[in-house]
Order: sequence, then structure tokens, then C-alpha cells
Amino acid sequence: MAEIVIKNLRKEFGAFTAVQGSSFTIRDGEFFMLLGPSGCGKTTTLRMIAGLELPTSGQILIDGEDVSMRPASQRDIAMVFQMFALYPHMNVRKNIAYPLVSQGIPKAEVQRKVAEVARILRIDHMLDSPVGGLSGGDRQRVALGRAIVRNPKAFMMDEPLGALDAEFREIMAEELRALHDRMHATTVYVTHDQLEAMQMGDKIVVMNHGVVEQFGTPQEIYDHPATLFVADFIGSPAMNFLRFDSQAAAGADQVTLGDQPVTLPQLQEPAIGALVLGVRPEHVTLSDTAPLRARIEAVEYLGTTQIVTLSTPFGTVKARTPSTQPARPGDLTGLKLAAPRLSLFDATTGRAFRTAANAGVFHG
Amino acid sequence: MSAYSVTEPSKASKLAAGLLVTLYTIITLLPLVWIISTSFKTGPDSISYPPKVFFEPTVEGYVNLFTTRTRPAVSELETLPPPEGLMEEIARRQGTIITGPSRFGERFMNSVIIGFGSTALSIFLGTLAAYAFSRFKVPLKDDLLFFILSTRMMPPIAVAIPIYLMYRELGLSDTHLGMILLYTAVNISLAVWLLKGFIDEIPREYEEAALIDGYTRFQAFRKVVLPQAATGIASTAIFCLIFAWNEYAFAVLLTSGNAQTAPPFIPTIIGVGGQDWPAVAAGATLFLLPVMIFTILLRKHLLRGITFGAVRK
Repeated sequence: MAEIVIKNLRKEFGAFTAVQGSSFTIRDGEFFMLLGPSGCGKTTTLRMIAGLELPTSGQILIDGEDVSMRPASQRDIAMVFQMFALYPHMNVRKNIAYPLVSQGIPKAEVQRKVAEVARILRIDHMLDSPVGGLSGGDRQRVALGRAIVRNPKAFMMDEPLGALDAEFREIMAEELRALHDRMHATTVYVTHDQLEAMQMGDKIVVMNHGVVEQFGTPQEIYDHPATLFVADFIGSPAMNFLRFDSQAAAGADQVTLGDQPVTLPQLQEPAIGALVLGVRPEHVTLSDTAPLRARIEAVEYLGTTQIVTLSTPFGTVKARTPSTQPARPGDLTGLKLAAPRLSLFDATTGRAFRTAANAGVFHG
Repeated sequence: MSAYSVTEPSKASKLAAGLLVTLYTIITLLPLVWIISTSFKTGPDSISYPPKVFFEPTVEGYVNLFTTRTRPAVSELETLPPPEGLMEEIARRQGTIITGPSRFGERFMNSVIIGFGSTALSIFLGTLAAYAFSRFKVPLKDDLLFFILSTRMMPPIAVAIPIYLMYRELGLSDTHLGMILLYTAVNISLAVWLLKGFIDEIPREYEEAALIDGYTRFQAFRKVVLPQAATGIASTAIFCLIFAWNEYAFAVLLTSGNAQTAPPFIPTIIGVGGQDWPAVAAGATLFLLPVMIFTILLRKHLLRGITFGAVRK
């Protein structure tokens, strides 16, 4: 297994820049998520690591060795494709054995390994079936089998659950994570589904328009988004944004929202001009006495909690409150924001200001 | 009242469709039946009017096809020893004696060599070119593809004179190689276009999976792409073979002694003493067989090839 280091990786397709100068490190044994909307460059990044695309510039190091310009066949990496890409003219056994055959491993050894992998993935009863007739989940397992049979340095997974139906996705997500915990294999996983990324990943890279927006653990990214894009992309409902103009010096722990002071983690740099205050829906509470006034627009009942949509002078806010708390559309109320959990962004650059809370989180 | 189904056609319409197809089949097969039956008729039977549907079959036509004969005077015939072997006997019955084998076998082999040779070459070059056009960044790809296709925009015979002169200069006239190259040149545009369509339909992920599984680009092409493209290759091969096999105009123009194919040869067997239609029909019947066998062998692929890509799997 291996550590993968990405340095200033860049990829251009003609005039279009798919990835511009990404840098991050995937530690040995990590389940690493590349997350972002479609067209953000996450798949291109994965394909460059796998060797299916060559970078325009930058470096890819696998276990300290520069493999940037090596063909895929020499990188000792396995990949699971979104559409599985099982060889349609071979049966399950041959599909799983195929990567071993290329290495010239003796037949008996191949059979032993295939049988072992099939047992782990519980597909041993279908080894001689053609792949055409398999269900989505079974195809997925065969594709996984083909990937793990070789004990490669790392696994690349390109939205491997994307082609499955919702119900089955849950099961496969759990199986994947369990398999990873058992093998401790470095895994790079591409997805556009933020829930999937949070649920399965040890680390997440959030990409947008070819740029790495943030790199960190799911919790860090959720609690301390580095940019407005990340704040908006992660979480459902997304983070609330209150837009206002104000100024605060470095060391301040308050900003003025309209005419009300709002306490937040201590700023480590000055914040001046058009600002955005970010707050997660679960960090908003309704309180009739709070000075920040709001009007209830709608209530969505979700069982134990409810999502209350409110209008404020600074924009719409969604609050996640216990469903026992009464909330009627049309009512006026006040909002309390959980001070230690707030983020402050520069509205023009979209960047979060460095505060006492997020200072340790940002990796450049 | 019978149950009504939206998707299942009614019995009446099934019957009508069946009748229509049968009728169409009979009409298309009629010329074939005519040729095959004529090949088993005697000379007089073949030109009798009204045509004979029921007749006593004979292999005279086939014997005449494979032999050259002379017609000696009747008095001379009577002095000859009794005929030896079936062929001699059949010739004698027509008042002729066999003087040697005809050149049909040789011409037929020429057709086989040139037809299958050019088909194999077209498919080989066509598959490689189509793969490159489908997968790689080729400068001026669209223009190149158009140029390739433009060779089919006129009847090939329109360039007969330049080709005739070129072949004379290059010493390719009346050679097997010359004919193979010529038919390949005509067929390759069709092959590239058809095969590119088929290869475009094969998802790149299969090759990428093979690349990652440790195979080189060429191994991935051979072991993963080619089996997937088998259907397309088979149907393209049939089209190429049919063209090369049936081509007449260039064969007449460019071949005479050495590399002459069957199509220009068959009309020359009109015969000794009167027009020997059964021999001509026998030649045509035998000439039909290889393409028929080839097509039947690849029939499954051909049908799949025609409907390929119509339905997303």
C-alpha cells in the first residue's frame, strides 16, 4: 500500500483547464474522497493518478516515486469504473483473473486467488456465469474483485455507486467501507454526492472549476468550510449565508450585523467591507426574545426535527429545530446563532477569514 | 371477442406479414432457382419454350464447365473405343469428346485468392485505421475521414483509365497482388467508416480497465476491443467480400491470362457448337457458393451488426 502525493497538478484540454495546480497528500491506507460538482476536475484528477491521462504539468508521487508520465500499466493501481467496465466477453472468473494473467502468474495461483477474492465478496457461486446477466450490485462486486485480486498499491474508484439504485447504494457503501477497513488499502474515491463523501471518507478534497477549494477531514470541512462554495456544497440544507457590510479588526470577537453585535470565534485577521456570516441550520435556534428578528415563511416536518425557513433583513435562513417546538408560518420570532460555530467569509473573494476556531484546519 | 393487446400483433396481421415475406422471398429467389435449375438441364432443355419446370436432371453443364471438348464427325465417333469414366460418357452423349480440362478451376481459385485476400487486407487495415480515428487525436480527423469517403463518391470505373495506365507502368496488370490492392483500395473507405461506427460504440472504459490491469495499448486492443468488435468486423467483411467477389468491370479491364477472376471468365464458356447455357449456369451456381457459405457462417453476426447500436444496453 502506498502514500500518494500530488504536487501542483495541472491538466489542460486545449484551451480548457480541467485542473489547475492541485496539491494534496493521500496518506497510506486512507479512504480519500475527491468531491465536487460535475465538471470540477475530480475525475480528471483521478484519471491522472491512474495514468489514463497525462498531466500538463505537476507531479504525482506514489510511495515517493514520480510516476506522472508512466503508462497506467506500470503504476500498479486498480480502478473501479462507474459503469463497472467488466469485460463483456468473459465470465466472472476470467474477469477477476484478468489482471493476474497479465503478470504471468501460474494458473493454480490465479485460481487460488480468484477463489479467495470471490469468497470475501460472496460471489463464489457465480464464478462461471457470464457478466451480462448480473445485477448491478453483483457487477459492482465483480469489479471490486478484479481490483483487489492483485493487491495493488492503491485503488481508484470513479463514482462506483453512481450506477446503483438508491436502496442498493446504502448496502454497497457499507460493504465498501467494511472492505477498506479490513484491507487498509489506500483508496481514492470520486463522488459528487456530499453525503457519500462524509459518510465514507477519512479525508475529503472539495474541488470546483478545477481548483481545490478545501482539503481536510469530513468534520473539519463541515464545521469550518474554507470558502463559500464549500459551505454551500456540503450539508443539507446548506449553510445559511447572512450578507452584510461591516468591519472588524484582527483580535475582535464580534461583528455588527445591521445594528446588532454578533459574537463569533476570535478573528485572526481584519475583516472589512462586504461580509457573509455563515451558520449551519442546526446552529440556529428560535427564541422570541433574541434581537435578530425573523418571520417564519415555511415549515418542513422531518420526524424528530423540522426545517424552518425564515426571512431576515440579511437573507433567507433555514433553521433545524426540534419538531416539538411550535413554529407557524407568518409568526415573527427571534434568531439565536451559536457563536463558536459561526464562519465569516469575504463576500468578494468567497474566502473564510481565519479565526480562533478554524485556524488549525486550513492546509494552505 | 378476443383479448386485445397493444404490443402483440393480432393473428391476422401476423398471417399477412408472413404471406408478404413469403411472397417477397419467392420473388427474390426466382432468378437463383432459374440459374440452379438451368445448370442441371441439357442444352435443348435449357432453351425450350415454354420453359421446362420439370425435367430430367443431368450434370452435363458441370462436365462442360470443367472440360474443353471437340465435336468430331459422326463417323469418327463410331470408330472410337467405348468411353471411360462418367465424364467421358456424358461428353460422348452430346456427340463430343473431352480434349482437356477447362480453365474454370484456375479462374475460380483466382477469385478466391483475390476476393478473400482483399477482404482480409481491407479488414486488417480498416480495423487499425478505424480504431485510431475512434480513439486518438488525429490531426485533421474530420477532413481525413471525408477524403476517405470521397473515394466512394464516384463509380470506381470512372478512374479505370488512370488505373489501367498506372498498373501497366507498375507491372501490376494481370497480377493477383494488383487486383488485391485495387479491391482493397475501393473497400477500405467502407471498412473504415463502418468499423469506426462499431468501435465508437464500444465504451473506452473496457480498454482503460485493461490498461490499468497491466496490459499495453496493443494488448488491450487485441484482447478487449477486437472481441467486442467481432460483430462489426464480420458484417464489414461480408460487404467487402461481396464487392470484391462480384466485381466485373476492372476484372475485364485489368486481367486476361494469369489473374483473371471468375466473373469475366464465365461469359467466355458459351461453348463449342451453340450456346451452352447449362455450363454458364453451372459456373454461376458454383460461383455463388463461397459468398453464400461465408454469409451463412457469419449470419448471426450480420444480423446483430445491422441492428447494432440501435438499442442502448
